[in-house]
Amino acid sequence: MAIKVMIPTPLRAYTEKKDSVELQAGTVGEALTALTSQFSELRKHLYADDGRLRSFVNVYLNDEDIRYLQKDKTQVSDGDTISIVPSIAGGARE
Amino acid sequence: MSVLRIREELSVRIRAHGAETYPHECCGALLGTDGDGAREIVEIVPLTNQRNDSPRNRFSITPEDVRDADVAARKAGLDLIGWYHSHPDAPARPSEFDREHAWPWYSYIIVSVQERVPREMNSWRLADDRGHYDAEEIVIDARASGAKSTA
Repeated sequence: MAIKVMIPTPLRAYTEKKDSVELQAGTVGEALTALTSQFSELRKHLYADDGRLRSFVNVYLNDEDIRYLQKDKTQVSDGDTISIVPSIAGGARE
Repeated sequence: MSVLRIREELSVRIRAHGAETYPHECCGALLGTDGDGAREIVEIVPLTNQRNDSPRNRFSITPEDVRDADVAARKAGLDLIGWYHSHPDAPARPSEFDREHAWPWYSYIIVSVQERVPREMNSWRLADDRGHYDAEEIVIDARASGAKSTA
């Protein structure tokens, strides 16, 4: 399936400044594997040492968080869009 | 030091948002351009602080709001270049909690709000090694007069 992965601004330094990448995949997991194979420096920013997606990284398939679908086993269709979405938080005091 | 340009009107809106939500933290997205050494805010998107449990000293933005801000930036031909939030009754400098939750590359504007009055406003970027923040100079562009001043 031909799908598009949207790259957030902080990670474009690792995708040759591309804001999106088109690739072939059957599942979300395959898409992210293809992406990090193409751009190896991206891997450590998406995955923790145990191989799981970092807790501050959200992945959407079209309008749905993959945590509420079948996670990395979620099937994709031609024309789907995967978005890598950083978690944003902070605060004044410890 | 890196530079972050912002129109005075947008700077005023960020400060006003901090006063409006006081004593809670406000938050929002910074949409703009990132050229060689020159970063400029073109629009801001005020957002809702989702930390209902501790809004006086914490903020969080839903992934949906983050994604929507990114989509809005792309549609406008801009980049999502950073985020702003307020520190009610606290200095305009990043806390350890800020550092732990920040991403490199983004500009993080913090406005201190003391007893509902917006005070100092600073911008910071997290270093690539995530170990520390680097200050970013905010240059306020008063378009009406064409004059520029440093925050």
